[in-house]
Formats: sequence, structure tokens, C-alpha cells
Amino acid sequence: MSDVVAVKQIGRSIPRLEAREKVTGRADYVHHLRLPGMLYGKIFRSNVPHARIKRIDVSAAQALAGVYRVATIDDIRKVIPNPYYGPAFHDQPILADGKVRFAGEPVAVVLAADRRIAEEAVGLITAEYEELPAVYDEIEAATSSTIIHAELKPASTFPDLQHLKGRRDTNIALDYHLLRGDPEAAFAAADHVFEHTFKTQPVMHTPMEPFVTVADASDERITLYTSSQGPSFVRIEIARLLGWPENRVRVKVPHLGGGFGAKLYIKLEALVTALSLIAKRPVKISLAMEEQFFMVTRHPCTFKIKSGVDRDGRITARRCDIWWNGGAYADIGPRVTQKAGFTSAGPYDIDNVAIESYAVYTNRPPAGALRGFGAPQTAWAYECHMDMIAEALGLDKIAFRRKNLLRNGRPQATGTIMRDAALEKVLDQLVERMDWQLPFDRGTGHVRRGRGIAIGFKGITAPTTSVAIVNLYGDGSCGLYIGTVDMGQGSDTVMAQIAAEVLNIDAASIRVVHPDTDVTPYDMGTLGSRSTFHMGTAVRLAAEEARGKIDVLAREVGAPPGHNVPLSELLRRKYGMQAGNIIGTGSFIPAYEKPDSKTGASSLATPFWGVGATGAEVEVDMETGKFTITKLINIADVGTPINPQLVKVQLSGAAIMQLGFTTTENMVFHDGQLTNGSLADYKIPTLLDLPLQFVNECVEAYQKDGPFGAKGAGESTTIALSPAIGNAIADATGVRLTDLPITPESLCRAIQAAKGTPMPGD
Amino acid sequence: MSSRRIRFTLNGAPVEAEIEPHETLVDVLQQRFNLNGARESCGQGLCGCCTVIVDSLAVSSCLYLACFVDGKRVETIEGLGSADARLDPVQQAFIDAGAFQCGFCTPGFILMVKQLLESNLNPSDDEIRHYLTGNLCRCSAYPEILVAVKLAASRRSQAGVA
Repeated sequence: MSDVVAVKQIGRSIPRLEAREKVTGRADYVHHLRLPGMLYGKIFRSNVPHARIKRIDVSAAQALAGVYRVATIDDIRKVIPNPYYGPAFHDQPILADGKVRFAGEPVAVVLAADRRIAEEAVGLITAEYEELPAVYDEIEAATSSTIIHAELKPASTFPDLQHLKGRRDTNIALDYHLLRGDPEAAFAAADHVFEHTFKTQPVMHTPMEPFVTVADASDERITLYTSSQGPSFVRIEIARLLGWPENRVRVKVPHLGGGFGAKLYIKLEALVTALSLIAKRPVKISLAMEEQFFMVTRHPCTFKIKSGVDRDGRITARRCDIWWNGGAYADIGPRVTQKAGFTSAGPYDIDNVAIESYAVYTNRPPAGALRGFGAPQTAWAYECHMDMIAEALGLDKIAFRRKNLLRNGRPQATGTIMRDAALEKVLDQLVERMDWQLPFDRGTGHVRRGRGIAIGFKGITAPTTSVAIVNLYGDGSCGLYIGTVDMGQGSDTVMAQIAAEVLNIDAASIRVVHPDTDVTPYDMGTLGSRSTFHMGTAVRLAAEEARGKIDVLAREVGAPPGHNVPLSELLRRKYGMQAGNIIGTGSFIPAYEKPDSKTGASSLATPFWGVGATGAEVEVDMETGKFTITKLINIADVGTPINPQLVKVQLSGAAIMQLGFTTTENMVFHDGQLTNGSLADYKIPTLLDLPLQFVNECVEAYQKDGPFGAKGAGESTTIALSPAIGNAIADATGVRLTDLPITPESLCRAIQAAKGTPMPGD
Repeated sequence: MSSRRIRFTLNGAPVEAEIEPHETLVDVLQQRFNLNGARESCGQGLCGCCTVIVDSLAVSSCLYLACFVDGKRVETIEGLGSADARLDPVQQAFIDAGAFQCGFCTPGFILMVKQLLESNLNPSDDEIRHYLTGNLCRCSAYPEILVAVKLAASRRSQAGVA
């Protein structure tokens, strides 16, 4: 049984609850799940970006010895009559339905007991296409006559998208608008007006455990084992597709080998469900690394930003026009468009703001959530823009930001009053750690040095719900039942610490029951830095309810006030033997006000603010464009760090990932065809990419309505990193890059162009 | 296809398996021996998630045909640590330094670090970075991995392990 402990559980760096399983290789992942009689599915994909399917010939594949069967959309329809899915729009067919909309789209699936045979059979499938004109660029697609979807089909789960229903002949899936004050008049009156355009590239999450789902269907029930960040959503969506009640669909999620937003909503689950129903056997699809690039990516975007500034360096107006390249299917792009839209003017106190943010369909792989829900892409623009204004006006870059920074108590662009956002503290701590006031060695000859900073913030997806159950057993030991998926961020440990603090027991003694929708209650999803705040609060409430019930039980069995009778003894007194439970439940949904559809105004646009700032020092070889990041400092506001060690690895891990998105990672397409879809060509950071000096810290802060003052930490250091590096490079070279990624080649080309000696191709 | 029988030593114990010539070592370890610590991720020998040790040399088991381990010694993460369930010092150092998040790549890293420390008692930061550059950690627990390697090295030297 759990010992009662006096030690505080919050603020302790206890090891992960599952640490031992992970270092011994025994942790459970769907990746290596095998069920008796299981078939493996391999996907045949389109090799053209936009086409009508004239014919699919599966006969040779079907005839191969060992092939169980081959399925196309016609087979899927027999078990799921309306086979379209998606979190925001029901726009994605389970397999291509008469048309393909990106190169790499699933067209057919081979099932075989031996996955090598399934692979071989995929090579025997042929398809004939009638190619259609394709459109890849988000700006072009916004007005193109090449239409990806004839009609918009918003999901009924999103009430604020219903006005889009039936909209035809457009690639704009969603248009988001915000208007505050009178930006046009303010621009007319401004002493200076600046306008710049920035672009970000397509990148991919690249979890080391590629997407994998196993489905085991019978006539009455289906069980899914899936590497999903959102088991509750998967159950709801599969139940909807099948027309079944939720209680006939069971979704189980063990450990995840990374997620980062990729494994959200619904990915392989609908396809594998249909295949298991067709085959009447368990079916597993496990993607190869190369195939992950066709599942989901991060939105590239084009961001045109314009600011009016008065002679004192005060920003009086800002206009943001953003086009998000959502690829062929909307996924959660409309939410990215809105959520990153409303913070796209940056963490600044500006009276007049106009924001237009568009989710655009193109003939590229779908884009979705990736560690920041669009915030890193917008910060790339607004923080480079800030430096460019300061440079043009000869202002100190720190002082210019300080002058315009949003303070707590002031309204953000939506009208929501800033609370518990430690923007000033984060900036102050960054400036201090960067030794900004000290003289800086700018290098000589062809080696130049520079430094830059950036600060950013993000809103949190709202309104969303988390439910938790604390179950104390007859011996007093504790199980915690939550739908939060531990994909490495350490949620099992942090949630156990929260429950343990309330129950006054040792966190390491708590058993966290992994998501199983037959057992664990609803959670909206492990996404967008929401778990510590939302689920953490639900866990706190559940533990408090359990504690209250223990007090009632104690009175009932005659324990005197101030007693120290252990729970096991209280239960024994009640039941006469080791028996019974104490069950506490907690449910949490933060207050929220839906933004006005025309002005974007909302008095409560987000439950809390994610805040991060980054400083970088770089050394550039002016002859080759090769650069080294000699110092990288990230400062974040995470409220109370429940487990400081876990927070630190989150902050540094997120920063290194964003470093990849800034300097090396770029999905390169030619005519709609991905040309570098493997780890051989798509380079994610390694140990050699660590900056020479690398510091990650949080400021002392407290989120008043968070559990013990805590809030999310998984995205804070992704936001401001790219512009800090872009600003440092500009500081070193005098050359401004507006497009990500920053590579030695792009930098060399820009340096040469600035010297009036452009390189071939420029 | 012609299956064949191979005999090898797996984590110290003699074993045998009936395999097809095209089967990779990672598949055979998972499907025949239920050892899931080596995992195929990139399938190209580029990420290190499937690392195992064959005759004292780390290999990518996703590219290593199982038939080639015939007569050899294979060690996997499951073979580390002592019989009384005590962890290997490298495993313990990874826990103490918090050197992983999702854990998917961790067995590969631990086996590489073990191999590193067998040939280099006190590796420098730079040596560690280069030695482990073939192992990818997308959660990017790299700074903590550096700490873990140094911790394991110092504990080994304190314990007098050669």
C-alpha cells in the first residue's frame, strides 16, 4: 500500500514512472503489437498529384500467393457507406474515391499474413489516371480555378464552421478575421509604415515510431490499438463512421514513440477499422518512415505583415495577411488558421489590428498540428519584422520591444485581458542571460558574428474538456485513470505528482492507467500544451473528491478527527475485509467566449498563454554562408514547474526540434512530387547539431487557475527560436532572409546578391 | 523460398530459429523471440533505433539479415543488467540524467554508449557527439544523453570497471 508521505510532490524532479521499462526496452508500443491471425496491410499510393482515377488493376496483386485480399474504396464502402473523415471537415476519403489530390495519397491496400508479401503485391498494382491541373502554392491556390474539393463539408462537431457548409468552387477552407480599432486610419496617420512578407517551408514531425494502428473487429465490437494522441476523438469518429454507439468502439493507447501533433485526431484508424471489418481478422498497418511524409506535415505559410509606427517607436497599427498551405485535406488546419491567426500580431500592445488568416487547399500532403499550432510560423514573421523596423528607425531592439510589449492587465488583439503571461520577465531574463549589455565581438575578415533575440506567445485550443478518475483500492494503493497520452512529455509522472500532492502519498507509488476508452474517461486530446493545465486540473479535482470521501468514510467508521488511520484500515473496518474502493472523479473545462465571427473579439479567447523567448549568437563565414550557432538561450513561462527535470527536457527538446525546422528540415517538392522523403535526405537534428552553448530555463511564474500554478511547457520554446536565429544572422551579415529554412546555400546566395554578384539561378 | 535453421547465442543463451533468407534480424528478434527493444524506425540504417550487438559490434538490425548471425553472439537491450534485475550502469545513468522522453530510441542509444565506453573510458563531449551521431532522438534529449554518458563513464571508473 502507499505510504503516507510528508514530502511535497510538486516541484520535485522524480524520475519518470516508466523509466525502467524504457531503458530495458520493455515499454509497450503498438509498433510491436502482434495479435493471433493478424494481417498486415500495405498501402498502394498515387504517383500523380491531381487526377481522376480511370482504372485500378489489382488482379496481379490479388493473384500473388499469400495475399489475403486487396481493398479499394469500393470495398471500404461495403462496411462504411460514407467513408469520409476528418476533425474539422469530412473531406478525406478512407481510400482515394474516384480522384487523387496529392502524390502519395492512399489508393488501395493489400492484406497478407506476411508483410513482405503485402509489400511485393503492392508493386503489382497499377492505376490509370486522367491528370488534372494541380496547384501547390497557397497564394496561387487561394484564387486558382483549379479546385481541389468541389464543395466544403464541415464536420458537425465544430459549430463555428457551419456557415461554410455547401460553399463551392473555392480552395479556401476557412477564412478567419480579426478587426480591432481602425487600422486603415492609423496607417494613414502613422509616421512610418513598414510592410514585409515571410515564408515558411513544409516540414514533418518525424516521430521515431512511425504511425501504426491495429484493429480487431468482430460483428459487435471493435478494438483499436493505435499510436494516437487522441483516443477519445478516435472513438467518437470511428463510432460516427460506423453508425455505432461509442461503447462498441474501444481504443487503447500504450506508450507512443513520439507524436508532436502528428498522431492527433484520426489518421490510420478509419482505414484499419474498415479493413478489419472486411477481413474479419485483426489488421495492422505500420507505416514506413518514408510514408509518414504523406500522412501529415506542418503548414507552410505566406505571411504579409504591415505595421504603422509613430515617431516615438510606438506601434500604432498592424495588419496581418496569412495564407496557410493546408494540402489536400483540411485535417486540423482550420483550427491552426484561427488559433495562430488571433495571436499573429505578436505579443504587443497595438490599438489597431486587422488579421486575415486563410486555410487553403492545395495538391500537397495534408498539413495539421505540429508543436505550436502555427505559432512558430507567425512568430518567424512578426519577430523578424520587429527587428527590421528597429533597424530602419535606428531603435534599440530590446527597448523597441519593451516599449510595445503586452503587459498583464492590457487587452490582446481579441480584447482578452492578458493574465499570468510573464512576457516582461521572460524578456528580462533572456537579456540578462545573453549578457546583452556587454560589448560584443562582431568578428573580422570573412568571419562575422551576430546576435538576435525574439519573443512570442500562443493561445491554447479552447474550449476543451478533460476528465480524470482517481481510484483508491482496498489496500490504499492508487490508480489514476486518464486519457492523456504519455508520448514522452512525462504526463504520467506529472499527473501522478498532482494526485499524490492532494492525497499526501508518494507519486512513484501511483499506477497511471493508460488510455483505454473502455476504462479511462474522456479527454479532448494530448495537444497544444493543454494536458498539464486541463488534465492536471481534472486530476486535482478527482483527488480532492477522493480525499473528501476518505474523510466521510473515516467519520462513518468512527475514526476520530485528526486520526492517522490508513485508508486500508478504514476500508477494512467498513467492509470487514480487504475490499472496496474510494473513487474520485474530476472534470474540467475552462471558461471561454467564442470569438465574434466578424471582428474576432472575445473576452476569453484562451485559458492561458504560452510564452517563450529565444536569444542566439551566430558565427558566419561570409564567403561560404556556413554558419554556426555558438549560443542558444531559451526562456519560457511554464508557471510552476511540477517536475523541473521533465520541464527542462521538454524546453530543450522542443528547441532542438525547432532548430531543425529553422536550419535543415524542408520537404522539397518538384511538380507535386516529394523528392526527399526519407531520413537519408530529410535531415533532423543529431547530437552534432547541438549549439555550443545551450541554455533552457523557465522564469519564476504562477498560473493562478492552473494546478498548483502550472501550465503547459511543450511548445513554449518552439515559438521564438526561428526569428532569433534569423535576427542573429541578419545582425552578423547585414543580409535579411525572409524564407525558412536558413541554410548555408540560401545565406550564401543572399550575401552574394546583396553584394551585387548574384549566384547562378538567382 | 527456402527456409533454413540458424543457431546463435542470444543474450548469453544458445538458441535456434527456422528463418527465411530475406528475414532481417530485427524481425526475427521480435517475431521468434519476442524481444521488442530493437525497433525498426527508418528502415535504412540511419536512425539507430534497431541497434543490437553482433560479435561485439553494433549493427543496424533492420539491415542485417538474420541468416548472418548463424554461429555468432547477439546481444540486445534485454540482455543488459544482472540476473537480480539490477540495471546496467549505462541504463541507470540514462534514468538519473533523464536522458529520454518517448523511449523509442533509448535501447539503441544505450547499446551504443556501452560500446563507446568499452573502448573509451573517459570520452570527451566531442567524442560522444561523433560516436552517437548515427542515433537519432526526435524528442531531442541530446543534452541529457551527453550528461548520462559522462555519468556512466565516471561511475565505471569509480567502480574500477576496466
